[in-house]
Amino acid sequence: MIEVQELTKLFGETHAVDGVSFRVQNGEILGFLGPNGAGKTTSMRVITCYLPPTSGRVLVDGLDVVERSLEVRQKIGYLPESAPLYLDMNVVDYLDFIAAVRRVPKLQVRQKVKHAVEVCGLGEVVQKNVGQLSSGYRQRVGLAQAILHDPEILVLDEPTRGLDPNQIIEIRHLIRELGRQKTVIFSTHILQEVEALCDRVLIIDKGKIVFDGSKDELALSASGRELIYVELRADGDVRDQLRQVAQVEAVHLVAKGSDGQVQLRVEAARGSDVRERIFRTAVEKGWTLLELRRDTRSFEDVFRELTMSS
Amino acid sequence: MSNVMPILKKELRSYFASPVAYIVLSVFVLICGWFFSTSLFVVGQASMRNVFTIIPFVFTFLVPAITMRLLSEEKKTGTFELLVTMPISDIEVIVGKYLAALVLLAVAIGLTSINAFTIAMLGKADHGATFAGYVGLLLLGAGYLAIGILASSLTENQIVAFITSFLVIFVLSLIDKVLIFFPAALASIFEYMSAEYHFNNIARGVLDSRDLVYYASLVAIGLYFSARALHRRL
Repeated sequence: MIEVQELTKLFGETHAVDGVSFRVQNGEILGFLGPNGAGKTTSMRVITCYLPPTSGRVLVDGLDVVERSLEVRQKIGYLPESAPLYLDMNVVDYLDFIAAVRRVPKLQVRQKVKHAVEVCGLGEVVQKNVGQLSSGYRQRVGLAQAILHDPEILVLDEPTRGLDPNQIIEIRHLIRELGRQKTVIFSTHILQEVEALCDRVLIIDKGKIVFDGSKDELALSASGRELIYVELRADGDVRDQLRQVAQVEAVHLVAKGSDGQVQLRVEAARGSDVRERIFRTAVEKGWTLLELRRDTRSFEDVFRELTMSS
Repeated sequence: MSNVMPILKKELRSYFASPVAYIVLSVFVLICGWFFSTSLFVVGQASMRNVFTIIPFVFTFLVPAITMRLLSEEKKTGTFELLVTMPISDIEVIVGKYLAALVLLAVAIGLTSINAFTIAMLGKADHGATFAGYVGLLLLGAGYLAIGILASSLTENQIVAFITSFLVIFVLSLIDKVLIFFPAALASIFEYMSAEYHFNNIARGVLDSRDLVYYASLVAIGLYFSARALHRRL
């Protein structure tokens, strides 16, 4: 478990991270989201013992990152931003080096390196120099390095940066697999990533946490309302009649087709589910219901609202 | 200190995987060979004295060349961040890298022993003087390398690391040649600060604890402050 308590990090006068507190439970995948320069990397650097906090505390499994630094580092696998590697080494030599520094017992080194190579799909390039690898492969070598000693906690700073769409999907898949047994914190500014991977989302902006909760909560948080998408065919204007339905607060016309086909967005009170009532109304009035689904606000909208307002 | 070995091995590998080691070694052997052969063939003197006079001078630029990339390159490429978040202490990183540089320098010095053997075969050489000279060179090199690694730990620019360490080493090696410009009271202090003064003592065959303490403190100071710099993530 990771506990961040009132963490503040100053660079000169600027607050890179300003009084941030959160917890990450064992086995959780936490997505760390925020605009560039929001303090994601700085927070991760404090957790991984790269930077000491200016004030506040970070505990990893109850161990303080400043006082018990070496023990904490042993528990964590870390992929820094842009996956820095020794370009003059080949992949196997590099992983052997990491294994040695990580104090992986000699007898297990071969097996662990092999495992990391397999998991990260590096089989074809093991004998190549890291410097000759494409950025996708480098990212994977960085990931292999992070999981090599089978750490309980993985901290991944923008693991999908610089990858093409296929590679992104592969890496996401990998993170999801790893997240089954491990605690994972990863940062990103790609919103779909969070949608695809996380149990929990943490949005940070200008050094402060602006959101901490599950994905579903995030979808609700900014609007404060449930959104229902309705597509139906009916004669005349149905909007007034829909507004009569209990708990519906607003109805917006999205598009209007020929022969009375309309697409509508219905806003309802928070926590309500008006779909059933809309269905019954449609039946009563004899409308042809073509589509009825709960609509989530796009993450982009929520993200913008959260980070622009503060 | 159990983590020193992997760092040491890795650094040695990268020295010998790149042209650095070979350039360092060949430049060194060439210069030493040149001064050796001029004294041997031109003057007809079967002695290593000439070589031992020139090597400290060669060290002033050879040592910075060996140490300049040790930490600055890690900072530039960002591997520094990974290295210092590994479960190794700062001093282990520094000692590992330092020892790798020392091994390279020792190999360079060792290669010149071919000259010493030549002498031993040719005439009645003073083996004691040769041995003392080598001990002195190793200590002198060890001290300079500590300055070099400190310079490298303070910047992410290899050129800056090279020039800073060159300047410091140059001054340390020069002090005992300009002692006459200092007032007598200060002269002995400056003399003690001079790296070459101590080298000359040892090369003369006098293994005095004062000289050993001098080099030991140079190494200790260099490594300690390098580890501090690492700790402060400079």
